[in-house]
Amino acid sequence: MSFINYMAREINCKIVYYGPGLSGKTTNLQYIYERTNPESKGKLISLATETERTLFFDFLPISLGEIRGYKARFHLYSVPGHVFYGASRKIILKGIDGIIFVADSQLGRVEANQESVEDMSHNLLEQGYNLEKLPYIVQYNKRDLVDVLELSEMRAAINPMRVPEFEASARTGVGVFDTLKAVSKLVLTELKRGG
Amino acid sequence: MINPQMVMYEEEFNQIQTVVDRLVKEANAKVVFIVDKNGQLITVSGGGDDDGTDMTSLASLTAGCIAATGAIAQLLNESEFATQFHEGELANIHIQLVGNRIILVVVFDGKSSLGLVRLRVRKATTELDRIFLAVLAKAQAPGADAPFAEITDNDIDSLFND
Repeated sequence: MSFINYMAREINCKIVYYGPGLSGKTTNLQYIYERTNPESKGKLISLATETERTLFFDFLPISLGEIRGYKARFHLYSVPGHVFYGASRKIILKGIDGIIFVADSQLGRVEANQESVEDMSHNLLEQGYNLEKLPYIVQYNKRDLVDVLELSEMRAAINPMRVPEFEASARTGVGVFDTLKAVSKLVLTELKRGG
Repeated sequence: MINPQMVMYEEEFNQIQTVVDRLVKEANAKVVFIVDKNGQLITVSGGGDDDGTDMTSLASLTAGCIAATGAIAQLLNESEFATQFHEGELANIHIQLVGNRIILVVVFDGKSSLGLVRLRVRKATTELDRIFLAVLAKAQAPGADAPFAEITDNDIDSLFND
């Protein structure tokens, strides 16, 4: 649910990074944080366990610039990927405007990806969202690793809707901003339609 | 619509600001702010410009806190825990859910007391509930502005030309 403030001339949107545990959601946010000008970003907050697993969420506010005199601000969240944190994952989805699924391309993670996509779809429905109507992007992460699944197989497994997709390596930054820009565009286009 | 867009117009914004400005004074608080349940900061009063408090982070974490306790409440067959209070050594924070839509947060220190804050928050809650009902009604009214209907694809593209 975007929030338009006429007084502050701001438009605020919420984007969530979803995906299985250790697929690179937090790494996406860390890369964005490192590569964004200080004046365009807020603090990166990570509510993580001592072993750096996301416990509740990561949060990064960024500003994309101005659109027709309104500051376009995006609040980026990532959910905890571990199966154990299902209850926390659900509540992060409240009020979202767009979603990115960060898939782990490694051979052994096919099932984890599929389970997470199903979990995402289910949790969205529970919050009243239909994935088919939501700005939605798939990112195939960790493409720089050796033992990765063919792109066509990844697509067949987790992107049957054929939504826009990007290959990425969040560690090195490849594809990170392409993914963010793509979802932001979809969100703004949806806003234009009055969604 | 399950998740109606929140649009804040000048008239209601000024009314809200008046309520929070008064609450800062009457409750002897350091800072009062209002956040929607999704973590978007709506307005803030008090604090001062050189305070350095990261309001965006505070807003997001407060909403996370409310969301988490809301989920706990449901597990216990409660609809919500509408009030939360965290006591620190120097700063205390009182969090109040208003009309199940927005969150009113009061930060205070030893110059005030929990009793006074509670009392003043109760009064402000009634007023804010009424104002936010009007905000919601305005956004959902037939013929309400679609404020971004006139943006073009070029406008959107130009944001990403770097």
